[in-house]
Amino acid sequence: MFIKENILLAIAGLKSNKMRSLLTMLGIIIGIASVIGVVSVGNAMTSSVNSQMASMGATNITVNVQEKSTTSTTSTTSKNNTAGNSQGGNKGTQAAGSTQSGNAQGGNKGTQAAGSTQSGNAQGGNKGTQAGGGIPGGGIPGGGGNFGGGRQGKSSSTAKDIDLMTMAQINTLQENFSDEISSISMNESDLSGKVKNETTYANINTVGTNVGYQDVKSIAMQKGRYLAQNDIDEVKNVAVVSDKLATKIFGTTDPIGQDIKVYTSNAIFTYTVVGVYTYKASGNSRTTSDDNLTTDVYIPITVSKKTATNKNYQTFTIKPKDGVDVQTFTTELSTYLSTLYAKNNKFEAAASNMESMLESRTSMMNTVSLAISGIAGISLLVGGIGVMNIMLVSVTERTREIGTRKALGAKSSHIKMQFIVESIIICTIGGILGILLGLGLGAMGAKAMGFVNTVSPLVIIISFGFSMFIGVFFGYYPAKKAAELDPIEALRYE
Amino acid sequence: MSNNIIEMKNIIKSFYIGTPNQINVLKGIDITVKEGEFVSIIGTSGSGKSTLMNIIGALDRATSGEYILDDTNINDISDDGLSQVRNKQIGFVFQTYNLIPRSSALKNVELPMLYYGMNKKDRRERAEELLELVGMADRMSHQPNELSGGQKQRVAIARALVNNPSIILADEPTGALDSATGRMVMDLFHKIHEEEGKTIVLITHNNELAEETQRIITLRDGNITSVADNEKYYRRFKEEEKICL
Repeated sequence: MFIKENILLAIAGLKSNKMRSLLTMLGIIIGIASVIGVVSVGNAMTSSVNSQMASMGATNITVNVQEKSTTSTTSTTSKNNTAGNSQGGNKGTQAAGSTQSGNAQGGNKGTQAAGSTQSGNAQGGNKGTQAGGGIPGGGIPGGGGNFGGGRQGKSSSTAKDIDLMTMAQINTLQENFSDEISSISMNESDLSGKVKNETTYANINTVGTNVGYQDVKSIAMQKGRYLAQNDIDEVKNVAVVSDKLATKIFGTTDPIGQDIKVYTSNAIFTYTVVGVYTYKASGNSRTTSDDNLTTDVYIPITVSKKTATNKNYQTFTIKPKDGVDVQTFTTELSTYLSTLYAKNNKFEAAASNMESMLESRTSMMNTVSLAISGIAGISLLVGGIGVMNIMLVSVTERTREIGTRKALGAKSSHIKMQFIVESIIICTIGGILGILLGLGLGAMGAKAMGFVNTVSPLVIIISFGFSMFIGVFFGYYPAKKAAELDPIEALRYE
Repeated sequence: MSNNIIEMKNIIKSFYIGTPNQINVLKGIDITVKEGEFVSIIGTSGSGKSTLMNIIGALDRATSGEYILDDTNINDISDDGLSQVRNKQIGFVFQTYNLIPRSSALKNVELPMLYYGMNKKDRRERAEELLELVGMADRMSHQPNELSGGQKQRVAIARALVNNPSIILADEPTGALDSATGRMVMDLFHKIHEEEGKTIVLITHNNELAEETQRIITLRDGNITSVADNEKYYRRFKEEEKICL
């Protein structure tokens, strides 16, 4: 009964003193806005990362051959060396603790490791020879370099075939861990080009894959079959194309058994289509029109290896069987791989999984969120004290009004209720403005970072409830003071 | 049930200014006011007038003595009980009007009924009825700062009447008004007294105003020095009757 009257009265009071009301609310507005903003950006980041993880398969373990981190000083030396070679064309460079001559011709680069005596001599795409003690040396043809899943770190030394995992090693690994491994996926980005027919074309990337790739990447077949083991063993020129490409190039004709011609800048490759898979857009890629869509064409990895720099494998993905503890298995794999690479003092094979990446990213984001929430909390505290201050002023200003109300029959509880309601109204309006501001900032922030903005209604409800709580908490003391005023004193107050 | 609205017996009110200094502001007051009487209490400042008014108005309790207001013993009820007494049995009219700012005349008049717990429809009807009685029907939606002093006091009188109280307690109701509007307010009190049969206690230091009432209680230094039936009142009353005839 009184609540409605009190709310109307409080709103009338706020309206009559707009500037003061706004300033009073400001602390609450900023506090709530920063909480909402941070939470919505955080949510957007998390959901974006999660959807990426989901599309990749979060439980998958990636094995990557990378430079040992202890050799990082060497990398620097090598880098200088590389720069010197490419400038001078034919120049011997001396690095600390090593005697070495680099000789690069036709764009080739000589690479070098510290603590070794080694000579690199590469010509016209020839492979470098290896120096003693398992230390790599030699040149890499120009234009070669990274491939596959990419390499981590800024290492400038490039792994040679000798450092990489061979198919035999990978097969052995799969046999050794046959209880844990569901499948192993290898892939090699081959080239990008266009598939053409008489009237139109489709952009494609050819990707060399093995049989396990389908399982690991959860590729759903629409027609035909995926690549089979004998396609790979026999190095067949067959391909699995996307439904988008099939529709565009073949229209209503059944694409299975048809040939596609892949045009690159300087060559044409022909593959026979054996299957069509369902294209699915990756996690956070923006939807482009089907005309410009670039889809993958999967070919046997042995086919792509024919033209690849490295014949062995730098990276591959393991899909564990259901129920396998990914963390434990990753540790086991790391131990196995470190034994395998014990003799190689420059490179190692590291097993990592998305979960640990996700965890570290989440914990980092949590720390940031916590810090900003702490600041927001302080802002809310200060805002609340501001509200209390204004409420105390308001009680003093309205002493006579309080006295009159008491003379007219208001009980202490009525007066207390009136002021608490007023405080709640201030904080709630502040909270609503803060929520709106926070949603705006969150949306802008998420958009600027390229995430899809999602705000859970729960956060809004909690913020709303929390601002009401501040109203009660910081309004209680002034309201109590008002309620305890002696009516005689209050009526006489000037 | 007696027809005495106010029965005060040996009311003593003491204040303590520092522990040893006990000051007796009221030194044993006996007052009886009958139902339908228009009584004035006069006294100079410092006579204990305000203290007596606070006790009559249930804003304060006497240190000792007995105060029965319309068969309710005021001495032994709680603070909330006093609030209820003020709400239901006393209608205050103040010198400074004490209307609630930023609330319309109508809302001001509705306020005691809100604390009484009446529903909105009844409140509205009753408030409109009383504002009409005091001649403020055309200014119901105006806020106090849009009203003149006389208009404010009329709204305050309407507010004092809404819960149909046992007494109207008016504390210098014309003190802040010029003589013409003061006259109008006094006429309104007479109207309420004569037409509505209300019991009115007027507290003033103005002898002229007091002489318009039926009985004058004079207070000096915490004691009642005289309680006199006022002949002038009856004379005026008769003259008016003559005019009417």
